[in-house]
Amino acid sequence: MKNVIKLFFSIFLCSIFLTNAHSAGEKIDLLKTDWSFKGYLGKFDRGSLQRGYQVYTEVCASCHSMKYLSYRNLSEKGGPEFTEEQAKAIASNFEVTDGPNSDGEMFTRPAKLSDKFVMPYANVEEAKISNGGAYPPDMSVLVKARSGGADYIYSVLLGYEDPPEGMILDDGVYYNKYMYGNKIKMPKQLYEDLVTYNDGTPATPEQMAKDVVTFMAWSAEPHLEARHKIGFRALIYLIILTILVYFSMKKIWSRVESEV
Amino acid sequence: MSDHNYVPSSKIGKWFNDRLPLLTLADHLKEYPTPKNLNYWWTFGGILTFCLITQIITGIVLGMHYIAHADYAFDSVEHIMRDVNYGWLIRYVHANGASMFFLAVYIHIFRSLYYGSYKSPREVIWIIGMIIYLLMMMTAFMGYVLPWGQMSFWGATVITNLFSAVPFFGEGITNWLWGGYSVDNPTLTRFFSLHYLLPFLILGLVILHIWALHVPGNNNPIGIDLKKPSKDTVPFHPYIVIKDLFALLLFLIVFAFFVFYSPNVLGHSDNYIEANPLVTPAHIVPEWYLLPFYAILRSVPDKLLGVVAMFASIFILIILPWLDTSKIRSAIFRPIYKQLYWILVLDVLILGYMGAMPAEGTYLLIARVATAYYFIHFLVILPLLGKREKTLDVPLSITEPVLGGSPNPQMVKKKEQLS
Repeated sequence: MKNVIKLFFSIFLCSIFLTNAHSAGEKIDLLKTDWSFKGYLGKFDRGSLQRGYQVYTEVCASCHSMKYLSYRNLSEKGGPEFTEEQAKAIASNFEVTDGPNSDGEMFTRPAKLSDKFVMPYANVEEAKISNGGAYPPDMSVLVKARSGGADYIYSVLLGYEDPPEGMILDDGVYYNKYMYGNKIKMPKQLYEDLVTYNDGTPATPEQMAKDVVTFMAWSAEPHLEARHKIGFRALIYLIILTILVYFSMKKIWSRVESEV
Repeated sequence: MSDHNYVPSSKIGKWFNDRLPLLTLADHLKEYPTPKNLNYWWTFGGILTFCLITQIITGIVLGMHYIAHADYAFDSVEHIMRDVNYGWLIRYVHANGASMFFLAVYIHIFRSLYYGSYKSPREVIWIIGMIIYLLMMMTAFMGYVLPWGQMSFWGATVITNLFSAVPFFGEGITNWLWGGYSVDNPTLTRFFSLHYLLPFLILGLVILHIWALHVPGNNNPIGIDLKKPSKDTVPFHPYIVIKDLFALLLFLIVFAFFVFYSPNVLGHSDNYIEANPLVTPAHIVPEWYLLPFYAILRSVPDKLLGVVAMFASIFILIILPWLDTSKIRSAIFRPIYKQLYWILVLDVLILGYMGAMPAEGTYLLIARVATAYYFIHFLVILPLLGKREKTLDVPLSITEPVLGGSPNPQMVKKKEQLS
């Protein structure tokens, strides 16, 4: 048993080492909030996801695409879980180009559940020219594409401050405490009561940031709830099986050796 | 090898076995006499076989949904993560499986270093193992390119550019590797093709590795030759099978933890940004398992010599059986080697850490010292130490080892007698 503990401990140490070696680098303390989706059985807060979608669509969507999401995802399990009718109604608010029809013409129609989220710009160049040369990144996997993840994006959304003395910022560049290099081309977006939540939650900047980042975390990892649920069961299964195999091993080896 | 006089009990079994002796092979694998004192560090061979099979199966399924094209690769990975049934699970098992594979292979290699498993008569097992390790690194590197994220693209650019250091032909070689004048679609498609091919070569070599192992049989913690079968050995089944299974399950718990609870912690966040040839990431870092070699590469100021040093650090291992002149296998009986072994482990860990840091200032200095020590260990210390070191007495058998106190003189071989 001593050997087993030694072995397990070594693997654990190795894992810790390689986890640290990889994420090593300069660190600033990010703002923290209590994400409901962290932890072994973490789930998304449905209300927060639905509010987050509202913030995205009313505030972010005019510049940021979410090209990997479809309207059907909004009613799927583990997501915001709008009803199918609600998701259809949401989709029908958007116009998509379809075609060609039998006359060889392209036409527009209201979006359906199977359509991807409509993009704010036709292409990267248009997005850049409309935003002072900066490309507003697609938000579908942004939480996974930034070190610090949800905490980092939450911090950037709330990290707008006056620049320190002596720092000269160009036109259209803003100071942000948490942004890489402290300069960001996106102006501060979240102001008190910018949106009106249907469920009556007060729309403070912190609340809106939390909701929209929760929505982005779901969009980056739409099967997170299933992963946590399956993972929990898999670990329990493995642990029980390991214990059973351990005693089988002791029994078998007792024929030749007292210690395994 | 165990005796090959196996006769199947059934008539049809005998008929078949006379024509293709698969049942004899199965019987050999079952009865294979294994030293009974193997500790848990010996279970990683089985774990590695499991890792290889897992990577091949998950990889084949991923290959059904992945599109090897610069314009669609990133999207197809997202498609796997979102729309393919349990695609997220298959991809996370494959991605983290690579890391777990390397974790296991490093433990396996360092076990061999500690117990002298590479020494005569097991040199060929060791050399095949090193070729497998080289192929694993190539496979993993090309696999990391396939999602076509920023680290994929820039990692591929940095590594393929190494070959441009070759005098005269450098540029020709890199262009040939790329299939063009930069890392682009032709590079991606050929990497996909090779990434699919190499694991099967590895599988073939693994079979040779095990075959070569079954000729002299396993080494063991006290590193002595055994009479087989004898009181010192147990049949592979059920004794070793159940022990390997137990160790594999412990390993799977760690594996599952990564897959289900931190599937992205071993990757780099920049790889969730689609490849963009116009934007260079702030730090280009390879996967963790290549970091020690990356540190060696960067610690040499000259590009060509850096590349030479990096390849030398791997090839040096292939000739290790002849660099280590000591006749005693196990570090248990080599008090000085034992300490130097742990210094080497530390040295490689330091190199790995430095590989993740920017190559400047103190980091670079430490990386250089560690690189120098790595080569000194293999090229200077090991050849000399084998001749000078005063080793401890080695027992004659496992069942009657030297346990403290004064050893029974008849049970002890002196080093002089061994050599």
